Amino acid sequence: MKKITRAMELIAASRIIKAQQRAQQAAPYARELAKAVSAVATYSNVDHPLTTEPENPTRAAVLIVTSDRGLAGGYSSNALKEGERLNERLRSEGKTVSTYIAGRKGEAYYKFRQRPIVQAWTGFSDQPTYDDARQIGEALIEAFIAGTSADGEGGVDEVHLVYTQFKSMLVQDPVTVRMLPLEVVEGEEKPAADEVLPLYEFEPSAEQVLDELLPKYVDSRIFFALLQASASELAARQKAMKSATDNAEELIKKFTRIANQARQAGITQEISEIVGGVNALADATAGSE
Amino acid sequence: MTNTMQVSLVAADREVWSGEATVVNASTVEGEIGVMADHMPVLSVLAAGQVDVRTENDGHWVAAIDGGFLSVSNNHVKMICEHAEISFESNFDEAKRKLDAKVASEQ
Repeated sequence: MKKITRAMELIAASRIIKAQQRAQQAAPYARELAKAVSAVATYSNVDHPLTTEPENPTRAAVLIVTSDRGLAGGYSSNALKEGERLNERLRSEGKTVSTYIAGRKGEAYYKFRQRPIVQAWTGFSDQPTYDDARQIGEALIEAFIAGTSADGEGGVDEVHLVYTQFKSMLVQDPVTVRMLPLEVVEGEEKPAADEVLPLYEFEPSAEQVLDELLPKYVDSRIFFALLQASASELAARQKAMKSATDNAEELIKKFTRIANQARQAGITQEISEIVGGVNALADATAGSE
Repeated sequence: MTNTMQVSLVAADREVWSGEATVVNASTVEGEIGVMADHMPVLSVLAAGQVDVRTENDGHWVAAIDGGFLSVSNNHVKMICEHAEISFESNFDEAKRKLDAKVASEQ
């Protein structure tokens, strides 16, 4: 037992470093895309379906990012709880919620409670690739675009994303962000005073650039969320396995003690039986003489 | 005025290359674009294909990309692609093979 949990702990520990590296390596792409989006948004007055606020949002989609495998402490259930809270809030605002899931744990949770899932993606939670993110992004954007069309059949007006943010090895928080309609880029550093955003020439046109840019931007944000989630999952697993290892150690200590006691008791009893037997024999021979 | 510019080629999962270069040639959805130092700011959509960069000291590399963006501003050229593979031997076929293999492995 101890060996198994110890091994899992070490595996998780080594993968976290990889996951963090991947998150860091993906950062330049996200940053450049964000810059490009803000450049287009600043210098053109193009309205794009993905950025337009629907007048009367009634349907929301929620994507919850969970893990594929268990043994990660409260990782998946925390994300699911955050999802429940969001569901409740959206319902109280009079919106119907359709659920999208990433990760087997979340899928199982909803299936077990017989709640509908619109779509689920599984099998990549500890090593998400960009293509995974793109598939999710395509499905969500499609639903959102369907929602903006005239009849809005089968579409949604908002897309929310619940994932676990990797703050440190010890702290991972489930967070909720609204993906669509796109909000002004968060955490974007303002250009310094001497570095005014240049007046870009758009090729072929601002609309077309935006058309290409925004879906990619959505994908990259999903990718970023998946990477954060995978780092969080591994950190949570490492922590869970660490405490399991410690527990196993304690159990081993306790059981070794009990086993020793039992052995000692057995030996003592055997000795006293032998001694008793010898005494009885001695008495018997003494009596017969 | 310098005749080099800062160039970076960024893929979704990593920064592929960054450094000083003199000329960047790439194909956009509208046609070829060639960028040299102090080019005017441009933001354009790249088509899948080849990127050709001449670096300082007569260096040269090509990369295969699967579409993305090219942005030029303040003498800084950024190419943002989902996937990009580079060949320092300027062998486009090699880069293209790597790119195809990578895309296939992710699906």
